[in-house]
Amino acid sequence: MTVQDPRPESLPNRVIDSIQRDDLPLQDDRSRMKFVMNNLVLHIHPAKVSKPALKFTYTWGLGGLAILLVMLLVMTGVMLMFAYTPTPASAYNDMLRLKTDVYFGSLIRNLHHWSGNLLVVVAFLHMLRVFYTGGFRPPREFNWVLGIVLLLLVVAANFTGYLLPWDQLAYWAVTVGTSLLDYIPVIGPAISRLILGGPEVSGATLTNFYGLHVAIIPLMLFFIISFHIWRVRKDTLSNPRNLDEEPASRIEKVTTIPHLVSIEFVFALVMLALIITWASWVNAPLEEAANPDHSPNPAKAAWYFMGLQELLLHFHPVFGAIILPSLALLSMSILPYLRFDTDSEGVWFRSHKGRRTALVGAITGIIGAPILVLMDEYVIDLPGLLPSLPTFISNGWIPLAILLLLIYLYYEVVRRMFKASACEMRQSIFTLLVVSFVMLTVIGVAFRGEGMALMWPWEVM
Amino acid sequence: MADEKTTQAKTTKETTDNTETTETTRRNFLKYAWVALGAVALGEGALVTYQFFAPKASEGEFGGVFNAGLVDDYPPGSVTPFNAGRFYLVRQEDGGFLALYRKCTHLGCAVPWDQAEGKFICPCHASAFEADGEVLNPPAPRPLDRFPITINENGEILVDTGSAIQRDHPHADDAIYA
Repeated sequence: MTVQDPRPESLPNRVIDSIQRDDLPLQDDRSRMKFVMNNLVLHIHPAKVSKPALKFTYTWGLGGLAILLVMLLVMTGVMLMFAYTPTPASAYNDMLRLKTDVYFGSLIRNLHHWSGNLLVVVAFLHMLRVFYTGGFRPPREFNWVLGIVLLLLVVAANFTGYLLPWDQLAYWAVTVGTSLLDYIPVIGPAISRLILGGPEVSGATLTNFYGLHVAIIPLMLFFIISFHIWRVRKDTLSNPRNLDEEPASRIEKVTTIPHLVSIEFVFALVMLALIITWASWVNAPLEEAANPDHSPNPAKAAWYFMGLQELLLHFHPVFGAIILPSLALLSMSILPYLRFDTDSEGVWFRSHKGRRTALVGAITGIIGAPILVLMDEYVIDLPGLLPSLPTFISNGWIPLAILLLLIYLYYEVVRRMFKASACEMRQSIFTLLVVSFVMLTVIGVAFRGEGMALMWPWEVM
Repeated sequence: MADEKTTQAKTTKETTDNTETTETTRRNFLKYAWVALGAVALGEGALVTYQFFAPKASEGEFGGVFNAGLVDDYPPGSVTPFNAGRFYLVRQEDGGFLALYRKCTHLGCAVPWDQAEGKFICPCHASAFEADGEVLNPPAPRPLDRFPITINENGEILVDTGSAIQRDHPHADDAIYA
């Protein structure tokens, strides 16, 4: 008995058909949706998306940009692995070899370096975007927490990568960074010893950081990013609204192909072009080879830790390095689980009042943080005033209490002045703290010079 | 035989359903046994992982015992750096010896001895220490750590860099005399 074979006549076409089942180009919405569902990469998207959520000035493409950077980092990172040996004897020479011997070695290292740093910024901005548009509201509470975990992993990936060039910058930034761990009560010194592989930064540290940087952290990132994106899909997208606009009763939906995919593709190409241009012109920093006998002056941590390092100049280390950051992370994680009293999902900065109170928070932070820094530097000397008390109290509990009191005063004053709701006040205080932290980072990076003394940026250079 | 089992199972089920006590039934016992076994397995896994990654002390390097030479090589009032051992050998005016860990107690930078100023000044965050390690200038929270010293019968100074001793304040007993 003969059978009719429905497949194409020619052998090459039969092979192509077995790989790509759908007829291209896609002719109708039904086949476009089917294509999204059946495609290994595209199926992270739903087949249809809400049309308002595609508005670029709502998301600014920040989550997608973070994914693009991660892909770029994996590609350039794997390439660098073939030109690098993680031992104190060869690591720094491999950096020099990338500059002089390896074709496009500088370009690939620059791309990796700048993408990594940009990822910290982009992940942070992504978090701010979600916060200020109320995107963390139910049912997306847990995805907000996953996002915070991802932000920490991104910082950890950057920090472990920071050591690998084995230059002075790397060696001392990691020495300072890991010394923070020593201040965790009871278990801190043991954790620090385990991570360093000994009492100080050494070859064992390089081995540990390399393993963390190329295997453990990327794997964790891969799984948690997958989870994060899957939850975005399952929790559905939030939709943008204008001020005073009621939530739409019916949301128009459009097919993912071409409406979402085309935006993503164009945005990715533009960003890729910008990053490659930047990396072609601006070299990743490289100082002299690491010298454990000589700390440079000043020895600064990586820029994303400079806010923390600035706190350390004003607080007892247990408070600056452990208590304050833990409090901040804990409050941030708990945010979406608090009760909401304003219906503001999808509205930038919650409401009219929300915009004004957020602005008050930002201005207070921009002015207040530098004032507090200057006062502590030149006017107030708590340990000097209270010499009988241990610095743990005079430079820890007392300034913490003062800080909390100031925040409480701010809360009461702004709440009464604007008759603001709890949601608006939370946003105002969040803004105050985020802007203050950014100010501390700026002060640490640009206004701290030799001996970590305050000076003008042109004197720091 | 089969009947016996069914009856037994029935009775067990009834007892749990009726009383809802924490009475140790066979089912409960097995459940706890599984949980306990799981906890043991987890603990074993954690122990193996920790032991695998735990740092090992290597001899002859930093972390071992250093022979700093003869007592008479060091004039009173001198501070001599030992880079390989990460310490300064301080001979005080009264002849006592101190071995100070050069790691700043604030954030771990290598603190250089400033001969002109007569003190240790950390380049990272401007902490300063006296020759006996006492804090002159914060943010350092405590004096420089010290290593134990022994002087053997040949008059040689042995510094054990294996365990740094933390102090709240320098003490007269810290110094070792020949």
